[in-house]
Amino acid sequence: MNATTQAKTQAPAQVSDAAAPLLEIRGVVKRFSLSGDFLEQLKFKRGRIVREQKHVHAINGVDLDIQRGEALCVVGESGCGKSTVARTVMGLLHPSAGEVHYDGQRIDDLSHKALMPYRRRMQMIFQNPYASLNPRMTIQQTLEEPIRLHHPDWTPQRIKQQVADVMASVGIAADWGGRYGHEFSGGQRQRIAIARALAVDPEFIVADEPISALDVSIQAQVLNLLMEAQQQRNLTYLFITHDLAVVEHFGTRVAVMYLGRVCEIAPTATLFARPRHPYTQALMSAIPRLEDDRPQHIRLEGEVPTPVDLPSGCVFHGRCPHVNDRCRREIPSLIATDDGGQVACHAVEEGRID
Amino acid sequence: MTTTTTPQVASRWSRFRSSYLLYSFKRDLVAQLSLVVFIALVAVAVLAPWLAPMNPYDLAQIDIMSSELPPFWIEGSDPAYPVGTDAQGRDMLSTILYGARVSLIIGFGAVALQAILGVSFGLLAGYLGGRVDAFLMRLADIQLSFSTLMVAIVVGALVKAIFGGATFSAYAVPLLVLIIGLAEWPQYARTVRASVLAERHKEYVDAARVMGFTSRRIMFRHILPNTLSPIFVISTVQVANAIIAEAALSFLGLGMPETQPSLGSLIKSGFDYLQSGSWWITLIPGLVLVVLVLVINLLGDWLRDVLNPRLYKG
Repeated sequence: MNATTQAKTQAPAQVSDAAAPLLEIRGVVKRFSLSGDFLEQLKFKRGRIVREQKHVHAINGVDLDIQRGEALCVVGESGCGKSTVARTVMGLLHPSAGEVHYDGQRIDDLSHKALMPYRRRMQMIFQNPYASLNPRMTIQQTLEEPIRLHHPDWTPQRIKQQVADVMASVGIAADWGGRYGHEFSGGQRQRIAIARALAVDPEFIVADEPISALDVSIQAQVLNLLMEAQQQRNLTYLFITHDLAVVEHFGTRVAVMYLGRVCEIAPTATLFARPRHPYTQALMSAIPRLEDDRPQHIRLEGEVPTPVDLPSGCVFHGRCPHVNDRCRREIPSLIATDDGGQVACHAVEEGRID
Repeated sequence: MTTTTTPQVASRWSRFRSSYLLYSFKRDLVAQLSLVVFIALVAVAVLAPWLAPMNPYDLAQIDIMSSELPPFWIEGSDPAYPVGTDAQGRDMLSTILYGARVSLIIGFGAVALQAILGVSFGLLAGYLGGRVDAFLMRLADIQLSFSTLMVAIVVGALVKAIFGGATFSAYAVPLLVLIIGLAEWPQYARTVRASVLAERHKEYVDAARVMGFTSRRIMFRHILPNTLSPIFVISTVQVANAIIAEAALSFLGLGMPETQPSLGSLIKSGFDYLQSGSWWITLIPGLVLVVLVLVINLLGDWLRDVLNPRLYKG
């Protein structure tokens, strides 16, 4: 029994080669219904009863590859679908369309049982350390529970040893185990949450704004902890954030999202040196700098459109300074650029802008 | 094994000793008095077979000649029966002790049944949502539209018609537990569902789902412990309600038969003699019932104040 389950978990790892991406997201769409149940959808219009459904288009057609060992940062403003991508990857949400592949195997349609080997290999760190620890469980219980689930054959001594190891690796004192989450500060709690994710020895971690709820002085500590863990355990990160300084420090590559679509993916240094997409350019120009010789920051007109009624064509066309007719009609797809990135922009493709 | 459990027990005890629960209890005289009275009533009811001077179920001990004797402070009383006797010659003190026992068994049994049904349905409805939620909550609405009395009349009439009155008398206690338990589970289900709806979007639930725990484990191990405070509070109120409901049913003749007296059926059996001067047969069990329900409600009020941080008093 034990041998077969082990063979099952290791089988995909053997066939996959190191060059293939660890995680592939293919055309993922996620809609949330706004219309309630069937009876609430019925509307009386012009003498007829019609069924009317409205959706929030949280993400519409996202393609992302995550390579082994890299930290892919996803940035974008509030409501652009960053967290929805993270939750869809982790199986907390089911995509309305599209596929998620992990290590060559499609995982978004697997049953709870078939997903278990992947649950151990993929873990998640949450934004709010005040809500992500169960208030009725001690730290020891919180950390032991996942190990016991994924390694039912381990002895209690071995589980205790694993908990002690993982606590030491995130800088938690061993005698904190008997205490409860509310007895700790935000930074300490986030360390505990990281320890919980690391307890089952994952290879891929989705971090959904893991430091944005923390005090600025603590952010650097937790960020360094995540980077140390990456080096020691050869982790791959999908790192959701809106802090561009963190991206510059942490990310191997950066994906910029706007209104549920990826507009640009590039290696971090390239993106910061030469943003191609007009939205990325505006985003970059908004970073406050000490030196004053930079060009004035780009002021975008208007607001982000509502994700209920998406604009036709490029989602950014209503605010883009380089807009033309094609942008209003046709949805741009990601095209490779000469400096190793990808950008979804007709103007870049046509050479209208640099 | 013992070495690992001992420190945990010790820390739990020390946590209890330093808890707000105990602190507020020490400062609340009403809560202390209520608890003392409640424990005393429960103790004498549980120990009724050993404390009571006679067994009211034993026909051989009942003497019809000593019926309707008044309590000791009224002339004509018999020192063998300190609070008098009822119309059948049963010792009121013994009958009240046995009756309180029946009332408490039905009260706690019915609440246990309500809690099991209501907590399970509430967890399922709140956590799974969608059609399960809609179905269970409509079921609760339907259940609430029948009053306890109506359920009792229907079930009682059916059982009596199908199995006969003797069978009904023999199974009166489990039947009443079933009736009151079934009639009142929506109270629990609604409270639990509301708490679950608030809890299930917290990140610790997402974290448990990401770990791969089953829905059942997440519901019972992760969400349920975080919804216990309202369950405790509602339980105290519901025990009092169940005791009252039992008394009301028995008073109407739908509950305990007169041969197995509960507080309610004692009140009923004395009611016929109220006009003829034998007021103690109704009044004394009535007072015991009022005190029992009052102390449970006072304890419930205190518990609600303690467990709801928004009601902290300075």
